[in-house]
Amino acid sequence: MNINYILKKLFHSMITVLIVITINFFLFRVMPGDPFAMIAKAGNLSAEYKESLSALYGFDEAYHIQYLKYIKQLLTFDFGLSFKYRKPVLEVLGNRLMATLLLAFFAQIFAIVAGAVIGTISAAFRGKKIDVFALGFALLVYAIPAFWLGIVLVLFFSVKLGAFPLNGMVVAGLTHPTTWAYVMDVARHLFLPVFTMGMAIMGGYAIIMRGSLLDVLTEDYITTARAKGFKRRDIVIHHALPNALLPMVTVIAINMGFMISGAIQTETVFSWPGIGRLVYEALMARDYPVLQGAFLVISITVILANLIADILYGYLDPRIKYD
Amino acid sequence: MTYNRENFELKKKNINRFITLFKGNSMGVIGFYIIVFFLVVAVFGPMIYQYNPQDFNSAHMIEAPSKQFILGTDDMGRDILGALIYGSRVSLLIGIFATLISVFIGTLIGLVSGFIGGRLDSVLMRFTDGFMVLPKLPLIMILAALLGSSTRNIIVVLGLTSWTGTARLVRSQTLSVKQRAFVERAFAVGAGRVYIMLKHVLPNVFPLVFSNTILVTATAILTETTLSFLGLGNPMVPSWGQILRGAFTSGAVSIGAWWYFIPAGLAVIVLVLGFTFLGYSFDEILNPKLRSR
Repeated sequence: MNINYILKKLFHSMITVLIVITINFFLFRVMPGDPFAMIAKAGNLSAEYKESLSALYGFDEAYHIQYLKYIKQLLTFDFGLSFKYRKPVLEVLGNRLMATLLLAFFAQIFAIVAGAVIGTISAAFRGKKIDVFALGFALLVYAIPAFWLGIVLVLFFSVKLGAFPLNGMVVAGLTHPTTWAYVMDVARHLFLPVFTMGMAIMGGYAIIMRGSLLDVLTEDYITTARAKGFKRRDIVIHHALPNALLPMVTVIAINMGFMISGAIQTETVFSWPGIGRLVYEALMARDYPVLQGAFLVISITVILANLIADILYGYLDPRIKYD
Repeated sequence: MTYNRENFELKKKNINRFITLFKGNSMGVIGFYIIVFFLVVAVFGPMIYQYNPQDFNSAHMIEAPSKQFILGTDDMGRDILGALIYGSRVSLLIGIFATLISVFIGTLIGLVSGFIGGRLDSVLMRFTDGFMVLPKLPLIMILAALLGSSTRNIIVVLGLTSWTGTARLVRSQTLSVKQRAFVERAFAVGAGRVYIMLKHVLPNVFPLVFSNTILVTATAILTETTLSFLGLGNPMVPSWGQILRGAFTSGAVSIGAWWYFIPAGLAVIVLVLGFTFLGYSFDEILNPKLRSR
């Protein structure tokens, strides 16, 4: 593993973080309809309060000084105060983090396994009917809006069959006698959202897996294996699959943005108390500090995931050039 | 003169070959017919079918399909079939125009980056990669909320946030076209850089951009629907996403009013699938790497 390679990737990630910070700054301070300035200028605020807001965000100063001030605030983890909750943004975000991680973790596992299986079957039977069917299914899943799938599942499984709860993370107002009862309650609530979000991100995995496996299947060592008389099944599973899975590491990271889109939609439909639902609620309440903070935290998470994937990929695939 | 004639014959031959290959690709043909169907509905539907989005009717709220309302009514007593027909206009309009903006930006950045090269290339590509990583939906939501959600703003926001893939693709194609002999020849006879970019590189890069474009449209339509569903669409303009939002917020789902959200959802899926099928088949035909396998 080359240290220069890691440093280079680290440098690139830091540039991306700077892009995010700059976008965030421009969106909320410089654009027409600047929300902070609008609040500060609002007539019904006391002069004293306006002054304190002004001092806090530095509206009166030149943009480059505001920009430096903003970066300084971020470095001290000061993300401002939520308009709606009247609490520090970081605290509001922190309260919602676990729910999203729980949902995203299971949705990812479901999507990766299902996507890899469908992609593998599709590639192994390239050009056959089963390939057309599998590929068509992957594209269909991609075309279904996640929120719509969630609504349909709620109608069928919760409203019609009563098999799963409508929404939320636990039954409201219920005190759980044991930890096990609590876990079971969450699991019941988790099932439909995980399926919805998993389906939303699965299509991409299946298509990439298919392409990756098709690439590997044209390589010389596969032809050699075939010439040696290995069974087709063995070649696909034991010879080609391990190498074809490599690009998936990167794809999972690249797909993070897609996953977040899925989380926002799924959590909105199922009232799942995570970051995605928080983004929706903040948007409805025009709670800009929360929106800004959420965007920053989500973006940095995605950038970190990409950095880790890059380093991991360089480690897993020694053919990567450390230039 | 003879050179131009040869060139023309070659182009005609290529196009004919493309059409033959395309006709053999059932996925692409299905996609093509789906898009044609929705285009016809979007252009002629509103002329034939009367519908007024301001036509509220408290006597017919969330009514099941009947002779009077073929696909039932919404929570304000409006005809859902009419909203669906008008919605196809909005979806296609936003999808196509957002794609045009996105392709313009992507092609410009990719072409300049790949052709000029050097420091400009690395700056542009660092920016592209950085932008590519950003979670798009939250960014689009924030932009739409701050700018206000008129149809024009939604088009601009979608266009401004979806060009990265095109830029990467155009850059890599430009790099390979740049190496070819005819570009060198054009340089040798004294053609300017802009001239070569537009006259020699762009036409050779364009086929692949085209298939990518169609996939961008699919994503734009899907994102627009999601935005409207999340309350960021233009409430005065009936769109599929607006219908779905109405169904969700009015509680139509919990009373099982399927007509309120199943047809609109299916419309989105089928249209997006149409663009995806078409783009995917173009990619298979035009991308030599995929074809040879």
